[in-house]
Amino acid sequence: MLEALQYEFMQNALIAGLLAAVTCGIIGSYVIVKRMVFISGSVSHASFGGIGLGYFLGITPIVGALFFTIASALGMGLVTRRAKIPEDTAIGILWAMGMAMGIIFIGLTPGYPPDLMSYLFGDILIVPPSDIIMMLILAIIIILVVVLLYKEFLALSFDEEFATVVGLPVERLYFLLLILIAFTVVVLIRVVGIILVIALLTIPAATARRFTHDLKKMMLLSILFGGFFTSTGLWLSFELDLASGATIILVSGVTFLASLFLSRLRLMTGVGRG
Amino acid sequence: MTSKEVVRLEDVSAHYDGVPVLEGVNLSIYQDDFLGIIGPNGGGKTTLLKVILGLVEPGRGRVSVFGDTPEKGRKHIGYVSQYSLFDRDFPASVWDVVMMGRLGKTGPFRNYTKQDREATLRALEAMEILDHRDQQIGKLSGGQQQRAFIARALVTEPELLLLDEPTASVDTPLQTDFYELLGKLKERMAIVLVSHDISTISIYVDKIACLNRELYYHSSKELAAEDLEAAYRCPVEMIAHGVPHRVLKEH
Repeated sequence: MLEALQYEFMQNALIAGLLAAVTCGIIGSYVIVKRMVFISGSVSHASFGGIGLGYFLGITPIVGALFFTIASALGMGLVTRRAKIPEDTAIGILWAMGMAMGIIFIGLTPGYPPDLMSYLFGDILIVPPSDIIMMLILAIIIILVVVLLYKEFLALSFDEEFATVVGLPVERLYFLLLILIAFTVVVLIRVVGIILVIALLTIPAATARRFTHDLKKMMLLSILFGGFFTSTGLWLSFELDLASGATIILVSGVTFLASLFLSRLRLMTGVGRG
Repeated sequence: MTSKEVVRLEDVSAHYDGVPVLEGVNLSIYQDDFLGIIGPNGGGKTTLLKVILGLVEPGRGRVSVFGDTPEKGRKHIGYVSQYSLFDRDFPASVWDVVMMGRLGKTGPFRNYTKQDREATLRALEAMEILDHRDQQIGKLSGGQQQRAFIARALVTEPELLLLDEPTASVDTPLQTDFYELLGKLKERMAIVLVSHDISTISIYVDKIACLNRELYYHSSKELAAEDLEAAYRCPVEMIAHGVPHRVLKEH
């Protein structure tokens, strides 16, 4: 790993991975405890529309993705809150529509975009410094908002009805959380790609949750897990010449399954002793 | 004996997806009331509480809460919903949850104050669950969780406490404890208790109303047999539920 780090692209990759770990540790914890996994999946897939729009307009695709993802997250929120259709129906529709728009935009753009696959499946090794700066800004915004509104988001996640009664602007807070999810998705796209974002948004937090009953500790622990997953995955993909995004996800998934297996084992031996 | 009116409902009707849940409900709640509202499941009890809290918009009628709209007046209300709604694995301690009752007082962008922490401490003490403050909320027993949620409602320093089926998951011996606790609280605030369990509720409350879409209430503990029959529609069904008629006629 250390020798690999003398390459600038590896340094950038490591920074991108750690930024991803911080954002998905914080926002992923809310996604897990508020059961927003599939809304997040929908938002991340819909961001493909923004990538396509970016190509079409000739701007940096990730910038297109940022605005498009915010818009689709808010659209998602409005549809599930105001229109009387079931949440999973809205999720399915937005999920597919975003991807379809991406395909249309790319089709309308002359030529074939060379790095399309890196947006779909992630390529942490080719993250340009400009993207890293944007990821850093988004991560700082996420941290600031969560520090300022920690207790409000906790109440929102635990019991929306009670939060409403004590006077919190529940709907606005929910929309803000969706925007933060959109930010996180954009940070993660570069690392693992649109299709795999959902794994990094859920696995570190779900693993952390097995070890603590405190939301703050859960966030810190999932940042650590996320950092471990991205750096280990990055190193393995470098050593074994595998796709980086997919390697990171497999490292995460295997660790989560191992933690499940270990606690089951502990339970079984505990029962044996008792 | 003039007591302040805290909630007033005039000719309130509410619908869920076109199905009427409340029809022509008139109700006044006074500051020293301890009112029990009984009625069959699906009779609109929860909806009535939500109308008072401004969580459900009535289709018709006027609602006044502490002389204001429900949205503005509800800051004086402590609300304990049917508690079974939350996720048992949620990463929050009893302390975290009870503290949430202070959100309206503290405001955003700042930490809880010393006052908030003291109010939380007092509420946990009053509910006799101070020993469990650091435990995960979902790991408490049903009765202890109930107390935690009442503590959360109490830290808002309410003048009216609304309780929705508070004893649904509390064992019968503990229910007596629970009602004695409410007996102490009623010195400080108005209490409205909603339940489908007629027999227990009727012993403790001061006034009783019966709700099945329409509200039958005479601002007293008297309930005429015809009110009950009208509310429950079918007396035979009541007996099938194990609620004999005479329990209520005695009062």
